[in-house]
Parts: sequence; C-alpha cells; structure tokens
Amino acid sequence: MTTLVRLRPTAPARRPGRIAILGAPNSGKTTLFNALTGHRAKAGNYPGVTVDRREGDLQRRFGADDVRLIDLPGVYSLQPQSEDETVAVRVLEGGFGEPAPDGVVVVVDATTIERGLPLLAEAAALGLPVCVALTMIDELKARRGEIDPAELQQELGVPVVGVVGNRGLGIDDLGALVSAPWDWAGSSSLSRGAEAKAPEDRFAWGRSVLAACRRQAPEPNRWTRRLDRFLLHPVIGSAVFLTFVAFFFQAIFTWATPAMDFLSGLMDGLADQILAALPDTAVTRLLADGVIRGVGAVIVFLPQIVLLFTVILFLEACGYMARAAFVVDRVMGWVGLEGRCFIALLSSYACAVPGIMATRTIPSPRDRLTTILVAPFATCSARLPVYLLLIAAFIPADPVLGPFTWQGLTLMGLYFLGTGVALLSAAVFKRGLLRGASLPFYLELPPYRLPRPSDIALGVWDRAKLFLRRAGTIILAVSVVLWFLLNLPRRPADPELSVAENQRLVLEGSYAASAGRLLEPVFAPMDFDWRINVGLVASQAAREVMVATLAQIYAQEGQDEEGLGVLLSGSGEGGSAPLLSRASALALLVYFAFAMQCMSTLAVIRRETGGWRWPAFTFVYMNGLAWLSAWLTFVLASAAGA
Amino acid sequence: MDRTLADVADASDGRLLEIAEVTGSGAASRRLREIGFCTGAPVRFIRRAPLGDPAMYELRGALLSLRRSEARRIRVHRAGA
Ligand SMILES: Nc1nc2c(ncn2[C@@H]2O[C@H](COP(=O)(O)OP(=O)(O)OP(=O)(O)O)[C@@H](O)[C@H]2O)c(=O)[nH]1
Ligand SMILES: [Mg+2]
Repeated sequence: MTTLVRLRPTAPARRPGRIAILGAPNSGKTTLFNALTGHRAKAGNYPGVTVDRREGDLQRRFGADDVRLIDLPGVYSLQPQSEDETVAVRVLEGGFGEPAPDGVVVVVDATTIERGLPLLAEAAALGLPVCVALTMIDELKARRGEIDPAELQQELGVPVVGVVGNRGLGIDDLGALVSAPWDWAGSSSLSRGAEAKAPEDRFAWGRSVLAACRRQAPEPNRWTRRLDRFLLHPVIGSAVFLTFVAFFFQAIFTWATPAMDFLSGLMDGLADQILAALPDTAVTRLLADGVIRGVGAVIVFLPQIVLLFTVILFLEACGYMARAAFVVDRVMGWVGLEGRCFIALLSSYACAVPGIMATRTIPSPRDRLTTILVAPFATCSARLPVYLLLIAAFIPADPVLGPFTWQGLTLMGLYFLGTGVALLSAAVFKRGLLRGASLPFYLELPPYRLPRPSDIALGVWDRAKLFLRRAGTIILAVSVVLWFLLNLPRRPADPELSVAENQRLVLEGSYAASAGRLLEPVFAPMDFDWRINVGLVASQAAREVMVATLAQIYAQEGQDEEGLGVLLSGSGEGGSAPLLSRASALALLVYFAFAMQCMSTLAVIRRETGGWRWPAFTFVYMNGLAWLSAWLTFVLASAAGA
Repeated sequence: MDRTLADVADASDGRLLEIAEVTGSGAASRRLREIGFCTGAPVRFIRRAPLGDPAMYELRGALLSLRRSEARRIRVHRAGA
C-alpha cells in the first residue's frame, strides 16, 4: 500500500492528493483550511460553525500544486450522532462518490490537548496516514502552558506542527507537510492508541502520550472567567445584553441615516441625469424608473446591512453565541428543544439558509425538523429594508428614553416578535406532530476571543457583496419584469392631459394593476390596495422587492421628489393621499415578519428534509399565520385608533 | 459516599471532584464519555445558567455545559478520596 502511494508523484497523470482536516468542534480547522487554500470559508468562535464538507486547492506558494484539502465539520468521535458528524465520518470512509482521502490532518487545540488526542487515536485506527496540527499555540503561551511539538512528534511518530492559524504562523510548515502524506508514519505508541476501543482507554492513552513529553498545562483562562461572571449574571448579564441590542437597533436608525441619505441622493441624481441626457423613450424610462429607482431603493439600505453584519459577525467571533445557547437552554427546554437549536435560530438572523443548515448539529431528528420549520421566522436581513422603510414612514421618531426612540424600539420589537413566534410554533410542533424526548444536551463553551478587525471587515465585505449581487440579479430581474407589467398594455396618450396624468392612466390600466386588483378580496380585510398586493406577489421572489416595487410605482406616478416613506404615509407637502393607514402599515409589518417569501429557504428545507412535504407545509402554515396575524393587527390597531 | 454531578453543584463551588462512573450504556452515555466525562477524570463545577439549568463544568481544561438530566448520569466523589 505504502509503496503504491510512493509512486504517485512521478506518475504522469497523477490524481491530486486529497487531505481531510479532522478535529473537535471549534479547534480551528476552518481557519487552517482558509490559510492553506486562500478560501474565506466561514469560521467562528463556537462549536458547529462548519456543517458541510468543503474542498479547496492548496495554494501554490506551498510548493505543491496537486493537493486538495477537505474541511470537515467538527466531531468528538467517529461514531456520529448528528448529521454534521455523519458528513465528516462519511468523507473519511470514502463516501459522496469520492475515494477515501489520502491523508488526514488531525487538528488539536493545544490548550485542551488532552481532549484532542482521543480523536487522533480513532483517526489512526482508520488506517489512513495522519499528522497533527496543534492550533492555538498563542493562547497556550499566553496562559503559560507549554508543549514541544517536536517531543510530541517523537512520541507519536507522525509529524506534529504547532500553528496559529489566524495569524499564519506555522502555516508554511503545515503546507509543506500536507503535500506528502505518504511520508507520515506512526510509531508503536500511536498504534497502541489506535487499538483502544473504549473512550476511557483512548483518554488514558492520550495521558500516557502527554506524560512522555515535558508539558505544562495552561492556567485557567482568567479573562473568560471574569467576563462570564459578568455576562452570565442573571441581572447584570441580561441588562448588558438588552442595552447592547437596543443600542444596535437605535444605531440602525440614527447612525446609518446619513450614509443612507447620501446613497439616496446618488441614486436620484443618477436617475435624473439619465432622464435629462437621453431622449424620453420607453428604454430611458425603464432604465431610470425600473432599474435605477427600483433597484436603487433597495441598494440604499447597504449601510444598515453593513451595520447588521458587523454586529452579527462580532457576536459569532467573540464567543457569545454558545453563551446565548447556555443562557436560554432552560427556555428551550420548556419549548421542548435545546440550546443548540437556539444557535441555529440565531444563525437564521443573517439568513435562514445557513440557519437551516446549522440544524445539522442537532442530534435528535425531531428537534432538528422542528427547528427547520421555525427558523424562517427569524428576522433575516432581507426583511430589514422593508421594516426600515415602513417604520421610518409610520412610526414617530420621538424619543422614549435617553437615545432610544419609538422607531428603534419598534424594530427591536419586530426582532423579538420573530423569535417569540418561532419558539411558540416550535412548542406547538413539539407537543403535536413532532412529539418526542430530546437527546442529551451538552455544549462546549469556547473561551472569549477578541475578533481581529480584519477578519470582521472581510466577512462584512463578503456579505455586502452578496447583498449587492442580490440587488443586481434577482431584484433587478424582478424589477424589470415588473416595469413591463406596470407599463403594458400601452395606450395612446391623451393630449388633453399632462404627462403625469397620462402615466397614471397607463399604470391604473396595467397588467400589474389588474393582477393586484384580482388579489383585493384576499387582502382587503387589511385595507391593502392593489399596489401593495403587487408588491406582496413580487416579494415572493425576494422580500426586498417590496421596496423596489413601491419605488417604481411612485416614480412612474411622477412622485419621486420626496422620499418614498413620506409618500407612503402621505405626510409630504404635496398632500398626496397616503398609500397605507398606520393600521395597515402595522399589519404589513406583521405580515412580513411571519410570511414565507423566500424560494432559497424552501429549496434548502427540501434538501435537508429530503422531499417537498415539509417545504410545502412551511409555506402554507407560515403564510396562513401571516395573513391571520396581519388581519388581527389591523383590527386591533384600528380599534386603538392608529 | 458518591453523589451525582447534578447534586454537587452549588455546595462544592470550585472544588475539584473526580468522576466515579458514568451510568447507563446508551448513545447518550457514550457521548458523555467521548467528550471526556469518564471514570477518573477530574471535574469542577463552575456556575449555573441564570435560569438555574444547565450548569457549566470545567473538564480537562475546557468548559462544558450539561443539563441536570445529563449531570445526573455522572457519579462523582471528592478528588483523592
Ligand atoms: N488565538 C487563536 N485563535 C484561533 C486559532 N485558530 C482558530 N482560532 C479561532 O478559533 C475559533 C474557531 O475557529 P474555526 O476555524 O471556526 O474552528 P473549526 O474547527 O472550523 O470549528 P467548527 O467548524 O465549528 O468545528 C475562531 O474564532 C478562530 O478565529 C489559533 O491558532 N489561535
Ligand atoms: Mg469549521
């Protein structure tokens, strides 16, 4: 076997070597994968960030150009109990239509080395060449611990490299190492470990390996202890958390507004210039009204998206995610779920797609399915532009307390509403069709880590690009189609009327208007007019399209002087009629909070549950709930005189 | 006299304990052993979650949290006893 492998480098059509990266959750695998391949796969400071395999080529600068690395989800052992662990084990065994990897880098967190060695023993038992990457060497030193990789290498017989993945230390050595897995040979000590069957025996073996090396165990992590005393305190901890969240939502209104106004000005200027410079043809108007004003109305929310992701990425990187799960696990227990389900729910605040993927870490299939079904209630970033537009238009900016205004608090309320409904629905499902006991809950709490600003900046940059790409593809496409539907059929211009009045006639008689009116029976109880109905249908492609649709309609009606929000609420000086009453606006907000309007989410539910049954169910129950709640909101708000 | 990890909590804040046994033989018990709760391992209670459950323990240099129902499977005694 070994000799066969040795021949490979000289064979003419050699297959790239495939090296898997295995290790306990949160040991730094993805950070190493990124450093070796130049990818920017998501890393974060909590267990269960990676839930799928991911391949990438070793960068050329390490001297070999035929090495493929496979990043795996974290595992505690090779007897999988959840979907993400199954993926890792299947890759090692040669699943997914690929051969087994040619070598395995076992990633061991140097600060908890005793907990990492048993997995090395298990990996060695697979019969694949293994080597060891000792991560977090910097933290080990900072806590006055010590281990000599050379001694460990001596003892184990396989290569051991100390690395600091996020600062690139030791990466060159590791890069050179993974190019030649056929040179990794284990010692007799390693084979003793490989023979151990029970977890106890593997731990005992690990201790014997460490006993043979000079090693200083690290001191307890003082910073983590101190911060926990503070952040996990029942009163202080909740107060700190709520203040932080409230500041964040307020910041979205106060701090992001100047940047947003700047972008708005840019878009309006561009549209005006196009209208002025080009002859007044249909194409010009498509460009100005459909593309620039429609898509532009969404793009102006870029500053808020950036702010949102800065906060989300910071929370994920600092170590608070797992603490949040620790704090609310009791509540999750009442619901019938567990802390890890909450992590998946929190991940859905960026986007439900990765959130639903994150449920793979949940061992109980029923808990997992329940979490999948309720994750789309989390307020994903696509809802943000709609919320911001409606809140800015209908909720007064009056201060409530200190720097906090009704607008910021309403936004916060909508986020809590999403979580609340997700938990309530989960409780219903767990008591009804998905009844069943939970599997054991255990969760590792990582030390707090100060995120590197450059990591956060790159992550935010990636998310901003994704947002712009969405605006430039799906939102653009829907806006263009909508422009046609809003402008067809054509009708001869009446010379007696002004241009704006003619435009309005076209709009009122357009295909889109007919379609919107067709839906009036459905949405009349909330007093939505056909324009909102058109927006609701179009936002089935992407939630942000609601904003683009309204912007287009107003641009076409020739009312593009004042802000979109002013027009919606009819508070402008032009004295135009409001499109929505405040009660209807609240109903619309609630509708968006609950409705399932995302094809990618349905597609990922289908993939993760293996059929159309659950996505169909989700679509029906969420939209049904959205309609009911919107109607109830309208009735209550009207009664309250809103 | 052995107690379980679920009883020791508050009383023995910070004191080092030793795991005597993990009871049960199903997947749940195996997983507890795999993450390091095995016979002879030193373990320390750190704190409870604000709502009283779960609790956080220090085990082989890492912080792990378990619910009371899982902690009850783990019998412990004073280290060195
Ligand atoms: N100080 C320090 N931090 C590191 C090092 N390597 C990784 N980290 C941090 O540790 C955390 C976990 O890193 P990941 O690469 O996401 O770990 P993972 O093993 O892929 O985790 P899962 O995918 O959840 O199993 C992140 O916050 C990293 O920034 C290191 O060598 N030193
Ligand atoms: Mg990872």
